[in-house]
Amino acid sequence: MADSLIAEGLEKYFNPETTAEVKAIEGTHAASYAAKLARVKVVSAYPITPQTTIVEKLSEMCASGEMEAEFIKVESEHSAMACVIGAESTGTRSFTATSSQGLALMHEELHWATGARLPVVMANVNRALGAPWNIWADQTDSLAQRDTGWIQCYAESNQEVLDMIIQAYRLAEIVMLPVMVNMDAFFLSHTTEPVALPKQELVDQFLPEYNPKYKMDINDPHAFGGLAKPDTYMELRYNIQKSMEDAHRLIPEVADEFEKVIGRNHGGLIEEYQTKDAEYLIVTSGTITGTSRIVVDQLRAQGLKLGLLKIRFFRPFPVKEVQSVLGKIKKIAVIDRNLSFGRCGIFFSELQAALYNCECRPLLNGYVAGLGGRDVTPKTIEKIVNHLIASEKGEDLIWMELNI
Amino acid sequence: MSQMKFEIPEIELMKSGHVACPGCGASMAMRYALKALGPKTMVVIPACCWAIIDGPNPCSVNGVPVFHCAFETAAITATGIKAGLKRQGKDDISVLAWAGDGGTFDIGLQAISGAAERNEDIIYVCYDNEAYMNTGIQRSSATPWGAWTTTTPVKNPKERPKKDIVDILLAHHIPYVATASVAYPDDFIRKMQKAKSIRGMKFIHVLSPCPPGWKSQAEESVHISRLAVHSNVFPLYEVDDGYRYTISIQPKKVPVRDYLKYQGRFKHLSEEQIELIQQAADRKWDILMKKVEMGELFMQN
Repeated sequence: MADSLIAEGLEKYFNPETTAEVKAIEGTHAASYAAKLARVKVVSAYPITPQTTIVEKLSEMCASGEMEAEFIKVESEHSAMACVIGAESTGTRSFTATSSQGLALMHEELHWATGARLPVVMANVNRALGAPWNIWADQTDSLAQRDTGWIQCYAESNQEVLDMIIQAYRLAEIVMLPVMVNMDAFFLSHTTEPVALPKQELVDQFLPEYNPKYKMDINDPHAFGGLAKPDTYMELRYNIQKSMEDAHRLIPEVADEFEKVIGRNHGGLIEEYQTKDAEYLIVTSGTITGTSRIVVDQLRAQGLKLGLLKIRFFRPFPVKEVQSVLGKIKKIAVIDRNLSFGRCGIFFSELQAALYNCECRPLLNGYVAGLGGRDVTPKTIEKIVNHLIASEKGEDLIWMELNI
Repeated sequence: MSQMKFEIPEIELMKSGHVACPGCGASMAMRYALKALGPKTMVVIPACCWAIIDGPNPCSVNGVPVFHCAFETAAITATGIKAGLKRQGKDDISVLAWAGDGGTFDIGLQAISGAAERNEDIIYVCYDNEAYMNTGIQRSSATPWGAWTTTTPVKNPKERPKKDIVDILLAHHIPYVATASVAYPDDFIRKMQKAKSIRGMKFIHVLSPCPPGWKSQAEESVHISRLAVHSNVFPLYEVDDGYRYTISIQPKKVPVRDYLKYQGRFKHLSEEQIELIQQAADRKWDILMKKVEMGELFMQN
């Protein structure tokens, strides 16, 4: 980016009128501060690398009284999710965080949170799953939770982590569905960046107190989650889908509202970068996006009409948004730091399916790169772009920089 | 035992219309538990018979809020509810985790151990019908030695003794642990009321006769429960602060045979096998008496 762009960006990010403090913090701490700013009342979590620093910071803030919340230090991630489900059932705003194996262990409870219509918000640090053990970045953990009914957002920067957790509560508590805010292991979780902490009163203005219509209440006793027979279960699932569709509509509205109050907007379900006249396009999510921006700038300077599409939300999936952008492009490269064995990159297959009903079907290549935390460098992305330009027919699965 | 007449509270929070089998010990137990705890109570029910007994959505037989949770999460879901209530200044509400033996001895053991170690301010009742009854009588680690279930058929009945859940809970240093029986509602209600008055984790283990699973007559459930107490198969006692053991009902030393004979699940047992069960019950009682003595010794010092 040019210097002027950086200066403009900085002013936009660190607006002194809305910012209480600019802190140099890692992504995990951005998540902790977001929970505090959202006035979370119950935290329950279990430590797992590289999520641990979220939990440590929250413990510290709860112990010092800086954050007025119960912190229940449970014996497993399964219990962490069950605990926040219990707390949310009483109408109390709750938070948890996990990663990888921990998220996999939570799987059953992820479904429960959705079915019970509880707006839990969770930070997940995208980390590879074993075996073999690997603690580095890989999105397969959260993407494997695709069908649990959680809204899923993928952050590119520590600021986005913070802002999205606050926005997640606003969204979750309107549509009554849980939200997972994802950040890449180490590339975000343990990378220090300047983050603007918004003023508490502005966050309060943006995020009103949580007061759900239905909750566990001794003055109005009901049973929650009792047996639903085939005559009602399907309608309850229909309602969840409708709320997901509401979320689709509301995500950009919530982002606009956040911008009005706090002054930052990271985009809606997608973010376009240099797409206007683009003939070629890279599609990314998470931290690969930041690296790709540099490559787009460099190749554009050499005259290549290259653009970038960042997928910010995986659920609900931005079908109509990608249709409107991708339909105009000649050739598209989807970069996935994840894999569905027996198929291809997961964002790729979702995108491909979304384009099936498009009149104009561009050439689509799926590149799997950076699994288990392997670096995806500007050089990797350049290789992808060159391969894309030379392609005459779309390919679902192209492995990048494989050492075999 | 106090000679004072014990009044069972008149309040009926569990209404009519539950869908339990006739003679279900767990349905009697809930009625007494809610009488004891009163309307300022919330109940957490994992997968177990009570997930059905309470009634299908949107019905509930209980006049207090009920939260249905996943199988292994009764203790921790109750913990979360308590934490939420505490933050809302509603700390006077009792949160009751109400789980079967499968959800307590087996799949829920990790969560209950976690809650007990943290001394969460909840009341956990395990209504123990000694097998997975809701799924159709499969063995659990609460199934007694020698019993028939669909997964421990007569040719190969349960080969290991019942897990001692009370001792496991006591190993967590929690303030109150007790056993209870639907044959002694006054004792059960008193224990529930006591549990309500104590801060921290309370665990109550209730033997819960199951006519379909035990192959017994519905009208015999209370009688069988009483025989369990008096044969030392299920002695009634409480433990305060982890060491003060008190026997609640003095057993009449009925032979275990009298308890077993009402239940088809034991009918294949030989005389020798029944004798082994008798010896195990006698040994259990002797050990319990030693613990009572040890507790008294500590109190004297």
